[in-house]
Amino acid sequence: MGKFRQKYRYSLILLRELVRTDFKIRYQNSILGYVWSLLRPLLLFVILYFVFTKFLKVGNGVPHYPVYLLLGLLYWNFFVEVTMGSVTAIVGKGDLIRKINFPKYVIILSVLASGLINLVLTSVVIVIFMIVGHVSVSWQALILIPLVLELILIALTAAFFLSAAFVRYRDISYIWEVIIQAAFYITPILYPLSRIPHSFAKFMILNPFAQVIQDSRYVLITHSTETISNIYGGDKWIWLIPIGITLVLLVLTSTYFRRRSSAFAEEV
Amino acid sequence: MDNEVVIKVDKVYKDFILVHEKKGTIKGIFTSMFRRVTIKKEIQHALKGISFNIKKGEFFGIVGRNGSGKSTLLKILANIYQPSKGKVYTNGKLVPFIELGVGFNPELSGKDNVYLNGAVLGFSTKEVDAMYDDIVRFAELERFMDQKLKNYSSGMQVRLAFSMAVRANADILLLDEVLAVGDADFQRKCFDYFKTLKKNKKTVVFVSHDMSAIREYCDRVAFIEDSVLVSVGKADEIASKYTQMFMTENIDNNEGHGERWGNGLIITSKVEVNVTENYLEIIQHIKANKEIENPIIGIRVRDSAGVEVLGTNTKIEKVKVGLIKSGNNRVVNWRIPNILSDGNYVLDSAILHEDSITVADWWDDAKKFRIAKDRHLPYPIDPGYKLTINSVR
Repeated sequence: MGKFRQKYRYSLILLRELVRTDFKIRYQNSILGYVWSLLRPLLLFVILYFVFTKFLKVGNGVPHYPVYLLLGLLYWNFFVEVTMGSVTAIVGKGDLIRKINFPKYVIILSVLASGLINLVLTSVVIVIFMIVGHVSVSWQALILIPLVLELILIALTAAFFLSAAFVRYRDISYIWEVIIQAAFYITPILYPLSRIPHSFAKFMILNPFAQVIQDSRYVLITHSTETISNIYGGDKWIWLIPIGITLVLLVLTSTYFRRRSSAFAEEV
Repeated sequence: MDNEVVIKVDKVYKDFILVHEKKGTIKGIFTSMFRRVTIKKEIQHALKGISFNIKKGEFFGIVGRNGSGKSTLLKILANIYQPSKGKVYTNGKLVPFIELGVGFNPELSGKDNVYLNGAVLGFSTKEVDAMYDDIVRFAELERFMDQKLKNYSSGMQVRLAFSMAVRANADILLLDEVLAVGDADFQRKCFDYFKTLKKNKKTVVFVSHDMSAIREYCDRVAFIEDSVLVSVGKADEIASKYTQMFMTENIDNNEGHGERWGNGLIITSKVEVNVTENYLEIIQHIKANKEIENPIIGIRVRDSAGVEVLGTNTKIEKVKVGLIKSGNNRVVNWRIPNILSDGNYVLDSAILHEDSITVADWWDDAKKFRIAKDRHLPYPIDPGYKLTINSVR
């Protein structure tokens, strides 16, 4: 038991230092520093907000559309940050891996932690928008906690696979870039699902990422969000599908990661 | 000494698969699938059936030439590589030093790097806080801690890394020989650290091909050659065996890559060093590109730390070289009593004009060579000593 605790102690110490290093390096030589992690998604939001409310007008009819859009973007931003970061994470830490043995998942967790910190920081902006837009919050908002947890698991699932596969197949980074682009449009981030033909929406919402975004919007912003349960006519059990997909994939990819991790030192 | 075994290496094999056609991309997989290209795989056996035990409190050496597999073995002991077959059991907290300053990031300040490297060595922020001042003082870098590591000289980096390393809190330490690189002052610090480790009865695994360090610090030594464990035994025994192997080795293929400058009117085309038990023979092949009168031809020997050990030239020796016509050659043969200590040396070859100022060809590190003696002194010269002890009433 003491040995067990010792093992996790080391992981935690390393994790903390890796995250700290990552932050220091990322914002070095930039005048605004940490502000950029807030400003970047916000500027992107401003662009998309104008495009989608003033020109394309897809958001018409959705109450509090700006907050609705922003929430989706922040989730998406988190997902992209974690997955893109993890693709090269193992290879990027090759120097360390070749010199000392440590639990390799720490590297992935450090990428995740950096993403989470950004998510928390940027969610301050959401709160401001909600206050300005008079969005009333109920106790239901607490359901966000398990939802964000699910979001984390989705990101981890992809991160484990991408980072381990990239060690062998360097094509992964290009492929993932393309997939990410496609995923951005098949996930209801910019547009409300009500604009999609029902039969197609039924399929799209099974995507765990879509389910998390829609449920989060439902509990936090407006009940006129199409959630998985609405689309399937109030069926509560339907949640088990996206959650099941996430968990099964997580087990698969983390096993793949663990199996491959013992050879990282030779291959990076 | 305790008889408890802390590291047990049990029939360890390690193979590396060298793929000749690169399969690192998905395209590679497809093309090899469709074209039915047989991918040439070569299996390199880095270790073959290595077994030995290391006891608690032992200073255990691993010796072998470059490419013999000793570094692979060290990485397996450190659990960085997994053995292909066999097992390694370790009992206790093990910290490897394959390199100093693991995790150092040049973009961060010295201070940040202390915390980073500390974390790699298993120290929490609080623990590093507590010893931070000592680390900085030991590294003598008080004024530089806020500067980025990339602005440090390599000596400063090594000092910082080393003062971290000596803090490592482990039951078993794995030390690679790279620790002992650097200037003489640093080497001394390193060896002082080894002494402390030995005094404190730490279990240490030390990989090296420096026989003097092996003799001085190790209790037992494992000798690896061509991926196979040749023998395990007392340090003196193994070190003698190892040096003997080198006595018979040809050292001709050790071309140096040092700096070279001069006007090139006359050059050293080749140097040879032959080491016998009693003599050191240095042969310089000289070629004149232009007619030249009475050039001064010199040699100099330096040890591995760069300290000039001996040297002379034709002027000092009062030998007139005479006139060398363009395109003509000379062979200069030096014969020196072999009074050098056991170790690695480099030969510098120099040719100057008669004025002893104009450099025609100055060639540093023209040749590397090794003096293998079955005893080692910590001084560059070992002329052989005769002594008598008389009792006096």
